Amino acid sequence: MVGHIHSIETCGTVDGPGMRFVVFFKGCPMRCLYCHNPDTWDPAGGEEHTAEDLLEQFESLRDFYANGGITATGGEPLMQIDFLIELFEKAKAKGIHTCLDTSGVTFHRDNPELLAKFDRLMNCTDLVMLDIKHINPEEHLKLCKQPNDNILDFAKYIDEHEVDIWIRHVIVKDITLVDSYLDELGYFIGGLKHLKALDCLPYHSMGVVKYKNLGIDYPLKGMKPLAKEDAIHAREIILAAAKRRRQDDAAKQS
Amino acid sequence: MRSEWNGFKGGNWEKFVDVRNFIQKNYTPYEGDDSFLCGPTQNTKDLWAQVMDLTKKEREAGGVLDMDTKVVSTLTSHGPGYLDKDKETIVGFQTDKPFKRGMNVYGGLRMAMKACEDNGYKVDDEIVEFFSKHRKTHNEGVFDVYDQEIRTCRSNHIITGLPDAYGRGRIIGDYRRVALYGTDFLIKDKQEQKESFGRVYTDDVIRGKEEIAEQIKALKELTQMAASYGFDISQPAKNVQEAIQWTYFGYLGAVKEQNGAAMSLGRTATFLDVYAERDLANGTFTEEQIQEFVDHFIMKLRCVKFARTPEYNQIFAGDPVWVTESLGGMGTDGRTLVSKMSFRYLNTLNNLGTAPEPNLTVLWSTNLPIGWKQFCAKMSIKSSSIQYENDDLMRNDHGDDYAIACCVSSMVVGKEMQFFGARANLAKCLLYAINGGVDEVTGVQVGPKYRPVEGDYLDFDDVMSKYNDMMDWLAKVYVSSLNIIHYMHDKYAYERIQMALHDRDVKRYFATGVAGLSVVADSLSAIKYAKVKCIRDERGIVVSYETEGDFPKYGNNDDRVDELAANLVTTFMNKVRQQHVYRNGLPTTSILTITSNVTYGKATGDTPCGRKKGEPFAPGANPLHKRDTHGAVASLASVAKIPFRDAQDGISNTFSIIPGALGKEDQVFAGDIDIDLSK
Repeated sequence: MVGHIHSIETCGTVDGPGMRFVVFFKGCPMRCLYCHNPDTWDPAGGEEHTAEDLLEQFESLRDFYANGGITATGGEPLMQIDFLIELFEKAKAKGIHTCLDTSGVTFHRDNPELLAKFDRLMNCTDLVMLDIKHINPEEHLKLCKQPNDNILDFAKYIDEHEVDIWIRHVIVKDITLVDSYLDELGYFIGGLKHLKALDCLPYHSMGVVKYKNLGIDYPLKGMKPLAKEDAIHAREIILAAAKRRRQDDAAKQS
Repeated sequence: MRSEWNGFKGGNWEKFVDVRNFIQKNYTPYEGDDSFLCGPTQNTKDLWAQVMDLTKKEREAGGVLDMDTKVVSTLTSHGPGYLDKDKETIVGFQTDKPFKRGMNVYGGLRMAMKACEDNGYKVDDEIVEFFSKHRKTHNEGVFDVYDQEIRTCRSNHIITGLPDAYGRGRIIGDYRRVALYGTDFLIKDKQEQKESFGRVYTDDVIRGKEEIAEQIKALKELTQMAASYGFDISQPAKNVQEAIQWTYFGYLGAVKEQNGAAMSLGRTATFLDVYAERDLANGTFTEEQIQEFVDHFIMKLRCVKFARTPEYNQIFAGDPVWVTESLGGMGTDGRTLVSKMSFRYLNTLNNLGTAPEPNLTVLWSTNLPIGWKQFCAKMSIKSSSIQYENDDLMRNDHGDDYAIACCVSSMVVGKEMQFFGARANLAKCLLYAINGGVDEVTGVQVGPKYRPVEGDYLDFDDVMSKYNDMMDWLAKVYVSSLNIIHYMHDKYAYERIQMALHDRDVKRYFATGVAGLSVVADSLSAIKYAKVKCIRDERGIVVSYETEGDFPKYGNNDDRVDELAANLVTTFMNKVRQQHVYRNGLPTTSILTITSNVTYGKATGDTPCGRKKGEPFAPGANPLHKRDTHGAVASLASVAKIPFRDAQDGISNTFSIIPGALGKEDQVFAGDIDIDLSK
């Protein structure tokens, strides 16, 4: 089996724990307004790689990844779930830490065949970095052109499978930087028992040039990069709400 | 035991000069964090403000504030100089005033005169006459012997940066010896060494005895110099302040006597920490006082200045002294050599602010204590001023008391030295192979008139065969020029005080260097994996290339081309090894142009890799600019394939990265601890 790979970053330091071999998958059904990798949307094209050749590259650099591992990102890696499973299963067989960076958009419980694949994927994944774009269903639809009910369900599903979760959330002025939404998000993720980290990503405009090169209009034209203070503020609200959820859950149990 | 040594654990070091033994018996590894460190005292702040003010004035004056044009700099040439005598806890300047540059003539009169003239000064006529008529310099000696071939290589830039007109540097005196033993002990030791040669007067014995006689004189002059500041260094240092002062006097003697291409300090911190620990235990000094001594010491190192020409500063991008201090590392017994003093040295970047000198170099090992690693990372982020070198690699060859001279040259302190060796331009050599020894820029027949490449397309086997022959020639003429240079440097500009702080029998690395590694690797790869067409000018010289098709590029962890790079280093090194070298030196090579790659590029024509005439080479062993497309790790992995055993003088990779690309900002990222929501 071959995967369609947009590119490889051998020095990944911001996509999971430690230093990582980051594989950018081609293809994504989401059209997030702030997407900074529009060049990965199209499932076609890219380099073709087998799991073996990716892992061979990884092995030749293994000294550098002592505390890291391999991260699948994109694009949306779940678009190529069969290849992803093969890659992660083979990586696990070699004792490599596997991390999936995803929006969860392809997840649906009602399809048994698909669910079986997800079950298999969870068995070879050490960490899921789930990017919840927006907690509010309507706002999510506006932001990403996709609903979010299955995505929030995916969060619970990962938790049920006892796989570690990091939640990523891009903070954009007026879109996600709204206290009530942040609070709602925090309350939701506080219910995840295997939540290990929260990563508030301040919106940046570094993707603009890619849109220009692709000849696509940039939807957030004129939006300024988010100030760090705003990201810190968002983090505080989310964490506080998550804590409240934990306390509420504990109270319910007792 | 001598009273100065009270409280120290004895050993071999008491009877013989053996600083490592002293350190090993007495030092305290430190595995804690940086919380014990102290900030700057008011005196430190005042003195540093003075230095900053002088720096500003120096810049306004066009780069030089004052130069000596009458007195040749020697150990005793100048009276004491101070910033503010009452506030300085560590004293000593190269001349009688801070920021006044001394005049070093023994390396070469022309260079000394030019350094003055270019800065608006003029060397005194008497000095010029004396060094023209009565006393020969290193530079004159070299040019008396150079042959036409060497001169042509020099002027066509296939061999560049030869230390034939200035001090070669790259020698580290074991300045700690002054502190531990005092000069009386060292002089006695040297006198015994002088008698140890026997009575068969071969050339080597005569030279050896004369050199040691010079070393003894230098130690006596060093004692006089220290006395002019009111200190008696004939006896060992009694406390940490004296130990720093004595060590600094040793170093100061070196920079008064030599204007070397790199004047490194060695590995002093953990040695000095032994004194600091004793003083702290005895209540002699507080932590704040000790940090003040260190701050003042580092301040002095930041004020070391030489008279140099603008061209020199252009090659080296600035006015570097390379006061390299090697910090940390692991001992061969598994204990870390990190001490509190290692922290104090780095802490000067907090107390005095960031600066390129001294070149604080951390000897990095995966086994270093976590507190030290974290402090290094913190200070790197804050100052961008720390250099890192691979201790796990170098410890195998040099044990645990080596230090770095300049930027990468490792040597055991007091036991090994190097003859600094400039660089051979391997990219130009490839072009000579293609053009039958004719320089592609000047059109001069520089190399031997071998058969040039014929036909329109380059054939890999044909080019390799020709390149091999041309490298044979280059290695020979290159090493010949270095032999002449080091012979003359020893004869006319001998490093008396630095060598006085070495053992009698030192291991001499005969260093060479290469430039253009990635240019050649990519060029050979283009010839091998793509189709390269030659474009000849009206003289019939190949001056440009057209490449059809793609080829693997060095810097992407691709063995096809990385092996070409690694083999090139091994091949050239083996050719150097085949030459006769001066004083039974051990040939080594380095791949470490850090700034001069720009200059080498300027003098080199189009190369088959697609690089255009005049474009800079990549620094050191770096991949060519923008050719590495698989991320930093793949790029580093390519560099890591260069065999250290064939480039023992060091392999450098210049790497810039924005802090944000190195990891998560801890304020917006909540990891395991923050996310523990149960609390």
